[in-house]
Amino acid sequence: MCLAYPGKIVRIEGDTGEVDFGGFTKMVNLMLMPAAKLGDMVLVHAGFAIGATTEQDAEETRDVLRRIDSAFVPEEPR
Amino acid sequence: MLDSRLIRLIDGEGGRATSRLVREVFLERFKSPSLNALCDSAIRAVRGGELAFTTDGFVVDPLFFTGGNIGKLAICGTVNDLSAMAAKPIMISAAFIIEEGFEIERLERIVEGMAEAAPEAGVEISAGDTKVVPRGKADGIFITTSGIGEVVGFARRPELIRDGDALVISGDIARHAGAVVAVREALRAEPPIESDCAPLWNMVESALEAAPQIHAMRDPTRGGLGGILCELAEQSEKRFVVEESAIPISPQIHNLCELFGYDPLFMACEGRMLFALPAESAPALLEALRSSQYGRMAAIIGRVEAGSGVVMNTRFGGKRLIVEPEGAPLPRIC
Amino acid sequence: MQKCLEIIPDGVRLNFMEVCGTHTMAIARMGIRASIGEKIRLISGPGCPVCVTSEEDIALSLQIAAVKDVIITTFGDMMRVPAGGKCLLDAKASGARISTVFSPMNSLEIASENPNSKVVFLGVGFETTSPAIAATVLRARERRIDNFFVLPMMKLVTPALRYLCEHPDLTIDGFILPGHVSTIIGEEPYRFIPQQYSKPCVITGFGEEDIARGLLQLTKMTVEKRPSLENAYSRAVPREGNQSAVEIAERVFEPVFAMWRGIGGLPLSGLGLREEFKRFDARAEFDLPQTEIALEPNCRCGDVILGKIQPTQCPQFGHKCLPTNPLGPCMVSSEGACAAYYKYREV
Repeated sequence: MCLAYPGKIVRIEGDTGEVDFGGFTKMVNLMLMPAAKLGDMVLVHAGFAIGATTEQDAEETRDVLRRIDSAFVPEEPR
Repeated sequence: MLDSRLIRLIDGEGGRATSRLVREVFLERFKSPSLNALCDSAIRAVRGGELAFTTDGFVVDPLFFTGGNIGKLAICGTVNDLSAMAAKPIMISAAFIIEEGFEIERLERIVEGMAEAAPEAGVEISAGDTKVVPRGKADGIFITTSGIGEVVGFARRPELIRDGDALVISGDIARHAGAVVAVREALRAEPPIESDCAPLWNMVESALEAAPQIHAMRDPTRGGLGGILCELAEQSEKRFVVEESAIPISPQIHNLCELFGYDPLFMACEGRMLFALPAESAPALLEALRSSQYGRMAAIIGRVEAGSGVVMNTRFGGKRLIVEPEGAPLPRIC
Repeated sequence: MQKCLEIIPDGVRLNFMEVCGTHTMAIARMGIRASIGEKIRLISGPGCPVCVTSEEDIALSLQIAAVKDVIITTFGDMMRVPAGGKCLLDAKASGARISTVFSPMNSLEIASENPNSKVVFLGVGFETTSPAIAATVLRARERRIDNFFVLPMMKLVTPALRYLCEHPDLTIDGFILPGHVSTIIGEEPYRFIPQQYSKPCVITGFGEEDIARGLLQLTKMTVEKRPSLENAYSRAVPREGNQSAVEIAERVFEPVFAMWRGIGGLPLSGLGLREEFKRFDARAEFDLPQTEIALEPNCRCGDVILGKIQPTQCPQFGHKCLPTNPLGPCMVSSEGACAAYYKYREV
């Protein structure tokens, strides 16, 4: 029904904001969240911030990778 | 029978629509045993050993991306197809179809990309051709290549894969597709999202020395890691069991795929190799791969069993069957 | 997952519906349908926007795509949906100009770059997506972009939920409610489900732990016969939802009668452009004759969407109906119940 992914607002320019999704940023429209401010965690769907979420939300979706990170972080090659 | 008389984009995206087109239009008419094997290169016995021969076409959009361009891609793709059969690349040809009005400066950057990658793999670009078509008849530039290589030891083939073999991937997946999406969607990233595009012969050569019993190799491209897992399982008539949590993927690419609704398993790579070899030689292979600049994140991702298809043990403890999609992933909202 | 199975008495099998297609996909990606199968049957509901788009609307999209100087912009989900054996990929191969976009807002850039073309955005989605489409219409009016149009096919989830609850032969014990629709509409619009139909329901997120938590809370309420509405995704779903988004959607769109594939017509269950924004309506701009679509006779997507049958119970599933030859949208859309089942056939 609706894929949305969490990111942190790192810059605001009028009603668009630069959002960091973990390793890259994308310009996102903030018209649906007039009260959004710098540093807020937001859920982004179809290029729009649709709602606030928590730091924990980003952790949880990216945490999935922590389990993977440990799986493939190579030891120093001998 | 092809259900529509027109070539559609999906017929070129490396999914089943493409293999159907290849089967029904080309293979049935050519009736050539080498082509029917559908491997990365054709093998022809010659005096004093076997030669490998392959060909490929490059129409990537965008032409330039972080980590390479269509020229570098053309050389790496051909080198990697030869390396996948344990063949040392010796000669490559490249033919260009260029649209009227294409900037020379961009053509020079493309050719430089090729000129850098070829010597690194110790191969010579020994044949070429250029054609120009009226404006609007081509999308900038198309490159087709062919390559000849000398097989080292014996030609590795899917038929050699045995139950109990380990499956090893040489690095993190979906990096090329990520770099292309980054350009198309104007993403900003530090460090930049870079394609994994690389000529793999040197890495494969050291892998063959460290683990001479490698049964089969295949370089994932358009269809991603999932595509070649399905291909190899089918051609070796075995069941591949892979562990989702063991498949290396960078956080940057994982987050990009989640945002746009892509499945990273089927996103393109351009500098990765999958190996199937006896399990006991896997540690030696890993060590050799990790000491190459293109194999830092090499990992054992699964094993081979009797049966058919590709099964993934999910991070969450479930199981799912991996099936090739109809065509390339599209940005989704749902 | 184990906890869910432990608290369900032996011999009892519960039917839960995950309303949202993204849940269907996430559940399939986790590969858990089999492991909880004998005590919990997960039924896929009408929650994939492409799945529920009527054949007539898809045929209309194809007709508009074929009009001279039209550029179609659409989410990728719509590209491979067939109507009368043809889909947007075929229209593109025949010369139609179609580009897939990540955001409806991208349509405005394309419209400004192609002043003598008419850009038509295929408006699909539920309450999560309609505010974004409404904001795009407002921006088009503000910037006086007069070659931009929307073909409104958006749907509302609560009328469909009410239809499901009232359906006589439906055997659903509880609902997993869509997470991101709720980010917009909040909790209140679902209150009628436990109150009028005494069915338990849980607003659920999309991570693995979120889905496990949602299923556990739903199982507890069902076993303890305590039907109520719970919110297991409160980090992203405030009680009142996102009122500014709701207001923007209500300013531009109004509820209208809508045809749902597999369910039929539901009053006030779709969204159309209000009078003030009628000039953006592609239905008015291109008044094309309504084409009669030969309904695929043996396609049972409707019953799958209603949860009456599992995809595997459809006689066509995996035989005539395949990703290479989809009979109905549930197999075409990568989010559809049948596509998720086929793609992630659990072993």
